[in-house]
Amino acid sequence: MDLHEYQAKERFRAAGIPVPPGEVATTPAEAEKLAAKYGGAVVVKAQVHSGGRGKAGGVKLAKTPAEARGHAEKILGMQIKGLTVEKVLVTPAENIATEAYVGVLIDRAKQAPTFIVSAAGGIDIETVAKETPEKVRKLAVDPRYGLLPHQAYWLANFLYDDDALIKQATKIISQLYDSFVSSGASMAEINPMITTPSGEVKAIDAKMSIDDNELFRRLEVAAMRDVSAEPPAEAKARAAGLSFVKLDGNVGCCVNGAGLAMATMDLVKYYGGNPANFLDIGGSSNPDKVVAALEIITSDPNVKAILFNIFGGITRCDDVANGIIEAMRRIEIEPPIVIRLTGTNEEIALKILEKAGFPAYTSMDAVVEKAVQLASA
Amino acid sequence: MAIFTDKNTKLIVQGITGRDGSFHTREMIAYGTQVVGGVTPGKGGQTFEGPSGKNVPIFNAMDEAVAATGANASVIFVPPAFAAGAIVEAADAGIALIVAITEGVPVLDMARAHAFARDRGSRVLGPNCPGLLTVGGAKIGILPGRIVSPGPVGVVSRSGTLTYEAVHQLTHAGLGQTTCVGIGGDPLIGTNFIDCLAAFEKDPATRAVVMIGEIGGTDEQAAAKFAKDKMSKPVVGFIAGQTAPPGRRMGHAGAIISGAEGTAAEKIKTLEACGVPVAKRPADIVGLVMEALKK
Repeated sequence: MDLHEYQAKERFRAAGIPVPPGEVATTPAEAEKLAAKYGGAVVVKAQVHSGGRGKAGGVKLAKTPAEARGHAEKILGMQIKGLTVEKVLVTPAENIATEAYVGVLIDRAKQAPTFIVSAAGGIDIETVAKETPEKVRKLAVDPRYGLLPHQAYWLANFLYDDDALIKQATKIISQLYDSFVSSGASMAEINPMITTPSGEVKAIDAKMSIDDNELFRRLEVAAMRDVSAEPPAEAKARAAGLSFVKLDGNVGCCVNGAGLAMATMDLVKYYGGNPANFLDIGGSSNPDKVVAALEIITSDPNVKAILFNIFGGITRCDDVANGIIEAMRRIEIEPPIVIRLTGTNEEIALKILEKAGFPAYTSMDAVVEKAVQLASA
Repeated sequence: MAIFTDKNTKLIVQGITGRDGSFHTREMIAYGTQVVGGVTPGKGGQTFEGPSGKNVPIFNAMDEAVAATGANASVIFVPPAFAAGAIVEAADAGIALIVAITEGVPVLDMARAHAFARDRGSRVLGPNCPGLLTVGGAKIGILPGRIVSPGPVGVVSRSGTLTYEAVHQLTHAGLGQTTCVGIGGDPLIGTNFIDCLAAFEKDPATRAVVMIGEIGGTDEQAAAKFAKDKMSKPVVGFIAGQTAPPGRRMGHAGAIISGAEGTAAEKIKTLEACGVPVAKRPADIVGLVMEALKK
């Protein structure tokens, strides 16, 4: 789960990181009021789960409250990489002397939280690390001990020459690690971390992604989920315990297991079709889940055919067959459905489906080919 | 012969009295696995009723279970909040092979547990994996025993049902298996592709390996280079997620394209450049294995 900038800043403030004040506005009038409250120049920043906000025109400097209102009018409702801007953050403009990058994320190869810092801040760190590796310093943290004081100093020392700045940055880097752990994050980033002409170090932009597996024990972070920022079908799928990603094709896919679900999407493409979604109904054979899955898939008007691909390892095929028939009783489903079941109790399942008048297959290729054909008819 | 487990493996089930733990304990015993004990805190001294009278003693803790049974492997079915703790407990009790089935374990918990297990010399498989099955030897985890058959092919995969699909097709084509290993769909896993390829390379019974990868991370790319430089046996690949959009998690916590890294196209390119043929669809795996075995 991604946090908005203003939410990540709340987490940073709670850990003691110096972050300038800022509040969220959902209307131009609110933005104007906030700008008047802060006095002086402010920055109006789009709050969407996407990078490249500045390039898209979603970050603007305003010298007066009226100007802030004007910027908010343009930014609210704007589309950035397909996402609609519903909120803007209004924050006092800072005087910037230098910009640095500080980030920590889970490194898969090192299996540890890993810091990356660079004095070349405010730009894409992946590009900096790739093209000029001498400009970044990396450190893998032993997650059992956490970030040790001398390690935080070693990172800060790479960014500045001035002792007072190094001291402040050392503290911020330690606080960032604390915030990363206490938020259950998989990534936390200050970009840029600035110095002001008067010698202060501050975080003026913030990014954080939360490990979904942490949410059960981080309730205040879980409460930050912005349901309006995700497609309604995905919110519904999550509530039903299904893993779902909407795509733009017309073949609805309902599969058990993430790997098989991806392979099924790929096979739809192989036979000349386009998948409408990724959906993993998981290891259970609860008919309610099948009902929820069908409701979610059919809520997409693009879907012209629905394909089930079930390998019954733990999930029993007869349970899935019963779930499909039960779902058909509860809701009206217009697109044609083709079903492939193989594995545990497949013979019983095929009989159940044939009796109910559904075409059932045991070959994955045959069912995908059929679904693509139905969708393009 | 086989890798990581055989008929001599003595297994403890952590979380034996839970819904999944009890169901799969019966399945494992029915397959012929030596399940020597189970652990559920607070239920020590009770007995788990296995199939055909094969009952299993229950212990409160791993150290007691190991002391009483001489177990050398464990399988974990405990809920996500306690799974990392169960791994650490097993490693502390000297278990050599710890198979973590649980899905949804916090990543930071796993970073700590993996570091601990490495220090103790324990091998962790998973988490978020279906486990492993040595044909005619032992089944640890949830791989369905009835789809496998004995033969010369080693199978290693990040996925569950996609592995079953591949194994099912191999069996139907008369291509049996040595060991099938599901390494798990999480970003931090204890045993990776290279560990499995190295073990299959050493196993005299294995003549070819099927490696099933997916989007996310760079484990497949590293494995491709390993297959080229360090292996004499042929490897056949498959990569799921060619149609997955970047930046979206496809079910598995680890199946995500971050920036330009971890795409299916990049993995397929690296595998082919290293001489590992990649099946375009699951149904093509069988043909590539047959060709590989001819060489």
